Amino acid sequence: MAAGVAAGMRALLNVNGTPRDVDAPDDMPLLWVLRDLLALTGTKYGCGLALCGACTVHVDGKPVRACLMPWTAVKDRAVTTIEGIGATPAGARVQKAWLDLEVVQCGYCQSGQIMSATALVANNPQPDDADIDAAMSGNICRCGTYNRIRAAIKQAAGDAA
Amino acid sequence: MTAGSRAGLSRRALLGTGVIAGATTLLGFRLGPLLAEEAAIGDAVFAPNAFIRLGRDGIFTLIMPQQEMGQGVHTGHAQLIAEELEVPLAMVRIEHAGPDDLLYGGPRQRQGTGGSNSMRGGFYLQLRQAGADARALLLQAAALELGVPVNTLTAAEGKITDAASTRSLAYADLAARAATIRLRVPAGLKRAEDFKLIGTSPRRLDTPQKVVGAAVYGIDVFPGTVPVAAIAAAPMIGGMVRGVDDRAARAMPGVRQLVVLDNLVAVVAENSWAAIKGMRALTIDWADGPHAGLSQAAIWESLRQDSRKPGVLAHEQGDATAALGEGEMIEAEYELPFLSHAPMEPLNCTVHVTADSCELWVGTQVQTRAQAQAAKVLGLPPGKVTLHNHMLGGAFGRRLDVDMIETAVRIGREVEGPVKVMWTREEDIRQDTVRPVYHNRMAATVRDGHIHGWSHKVSAGSVQLRMSGKPPKDGLDNGSVDGATELPYDIPNQRVDYVHSEPLAVPIGYWRGVGPNNTMFAVECFIDELARAAGRDPVDFRLAMLGPTPRLANAVRVVAEKSGWGSKLPARHGRGLASHSVFGSHLATVAEVEVTPEGDVRVARYVCAIDCGVAVNPDTVIAQIQGGILFGLGAALHEQITVRNGRIEQSNFNDYRVLRMSEAPPVEVHVITSTDAPGGVGEPGTTAAIPSLANAIADATGIRLRRMPIDRARLVKGARA
Repeated sequence: MAAGVAAGMRALLNVNGTPRDVDAPDDMPLLWVLRDLLALTGTKYGCGLALCGACTVHVDGKPVRACLMPWTAVKDRAVTTIEGIGATPAGARVQKAWLDLEVVQCGYCQSGQIMSATALVANNPQPDDADIDAAMSGNICRCGTYNRIRAAIKQAAGDAA
Repeated sequence: MTAGSRAGLSRRALLGTGVIAGATTLLGFRLGPLLAEEAAIGDAVFAPNAFIRLGRDGIFTLIMPQQEMGQGVHTGHAQLIAEELEVPLAMVRIEHAGPDDLLYGGPRQRQGTGGSNSMRGGFYLQLRQAGADARALLLQAAALELGVPVNTLTAAEGKITDAASTRSLAYADLAARAATIRLRVPAGLKRAEDFKLIGTSPRRLDTPQKVVGAAVYGIDVFPGTVPVAAIAAAPMIGGMVRGVDDRAARAMPGVRQLVVLDNLVAVVAENSWAAIKGMRALTIDWADGPHAGLSQAAIWESLRQDSRKPGVLAHEQGDATAALGEGEMIEAEYELPFLSHAPMEPLNCTVHVTADSCELWVGTQVQTRAQAQAAKVLGLPPGKVTLHNHMLGGAFGRRLDVDMIETAVRIGREVEGPVKVMWTREEDIRQDTVRPVYHNRMAATVRDGHIHGWSHKVSAGSVQLRMSGKPPKDGLDNGSVDGATELPYDIPNQRVDYVHSEPLAVPIGYWRGVGPNNTMFAVECFIDELARAAGRDPVDFRLAMLGPTPRLANAVRVVAEKSGWGSKLPARHGRGLASHSVFGSHLATVAEVEVTPEGDVRVARYVCAIDCGVAVNPDTVIAQIQGGILFGLGAALHEQITVRNGRIEQSNFNDYRVLRMSEAPPVEVHVITSTDAPGGVGEPGTTAAIPSLANAIADATGIRLRRMPIDRARLVKGARA
């Protein structure tokens, strides 16, 4: 085997509550398993280095950058993507707030924004500006929707009360 | 499954809808110029013009001439048509127009989404007319159906009601009859006081799919069913492939094919990861080409040298030369750096080349140019190239270019079947067509509190030349002096010159805010300098000269009030104003900043007042100004592309830093009610962000920054002004 060639593995991956049969090299990042093998294209490629947050998914409810995470590292855990997050109470509230405040412009980063925001409001009933800065500064938006993201997070958090 | 039938699927998947996608689906695009009647294809029952089709299900499909890249144009354009057509947005479905300059290019007959032209570029009236004409035909059909005069009928909510009998007919039931009627004269448009949709902010049509991850961008087509090509292009400008050791790449599982072109190597693999890994495993021997020694210092030196040469006269009024000799002349130079677009969706283009055809799936701002470029590469007539346009994950001008189409097609013709050509983020930045570097040489005299003499010399490359190959007519690149030649101020003696100075080998492109980004930075900062030198308040100084532009004067007054202009601020805090009339809109913007003793700039807020004429969708206007300002702020704080050894040095968001949440201040936008024709709103926020910020920093510290991005070292407490 040539240097750098990873071994392959076949396993079930729990995505959005459904076991999915995956046969892929060990080192394939979760991002590409989701996008190319499972056709879940809502999770986006933006930088490949965990710098922009466009690929954010949840692993056991925690936000993870899928572009650097080998899929084999999460195969025994629960992966949730933008396609499934609406089934969680916090995810549904965040998506609703996103639409109520018309956060979205081009939308490409918004899957990742919503995943990061959902993790925040699921764990913090009253995030303040510093909490939002800390949770969301890993997610880049070039359209400049930050003001509305901040407002929508506060609305989504408030809706839970 | 053929690529053609896949196209149908992907197009259906990307419909932006107010309803669930129904039966009316346009199968494939017609190519080349079409007559309006010929555009009525698919199973539409009633297709009165190129923009409207009514299906048997009673749903209107509206064909969108402009591309949705986040600016809300699909919702805004749907509002225009639906307003006149008298249908609720819940009864419409959105479809991307195919490439067609005549049908979808507006009055200029050139299809493209850029320059903030979606409302001001003629579509405001053209799309309303399309809706009004369709309504008129449906009314005539109803009159025939009911045997009553047209003037007793009222159209509303997708149906027509006879006032006398109170009978009503749904549009869907009138469609077949309406399709047989010819309109003799264009229908009258609604009066502004009767508007139900224009001037309101309904829910956007594109966003419900975007919050659930269902919107289809170019990069999302055919997941897992089409091979992916990852590119390694020459990292040095003008570099060429001398040789490639591809043994490791070929040994990678999933790698299918290598395509070696003169200036790049592409690894085609069964999925994205295999392609990327294969590409990284290549060892490429690059021939440097002629620009290997090029440095950023040399680029600046060349630009500055050129800026000392006489330019081409772009605008003249009064006698600037004489007026500059009357009183103390103040001079300053302003410069702006190369910038990357870095849209969140990296470049990509899926292509299927056959012996006599080509099919493209891409998000582009220029449908017809993309089609033509592919045709040119392949030696095909444009009609043999089918373009499927998709949602754009940002563009900011990058997707006005067609270099990615050319590259994808050159790779695609070496591959059997379709292939998705993908740029990694590193390739996206290194191969960007960057925002030009600019130099501005300013001089002015002030007399009695007014600017008396004014000279502005812009030195810059011509993006038009780079994109079209056509040198600027008479040496004057109009894009570079846009804004400078039509100042809103009453300045009796002024001249504007342009020096054509290409930034050596670096390919340049349009960037959000285009020419006025530079000219307004120089003009609005220099005016601020003149005001301060004259001991005048920057608001008063401008207002005294804004007689010719009352709409801008009003915006300045509004923003002064809303921003608390003139109220006391703590030490090292400041406010700065920028006011300008660009892209058909008038806006005044105040930035409020704190500069820490360490030289960090903390922006407390922006306040903007904009008169953009009729605000078709006020919430979208606000969103565009918010986003435009934050886009500009990121550039001011961090962004610059630099060249070293002929290579762009930056490659990802670690070394090309952009604005993040923690740095984004509140942006407060006041939309001034107006009945004037709509102006543009996509770019002006960006043009306002930087001069207002620089002026605020000067107010806070006394230090005038004449170059961007901000040099923190100059702002450290105690640093010399």
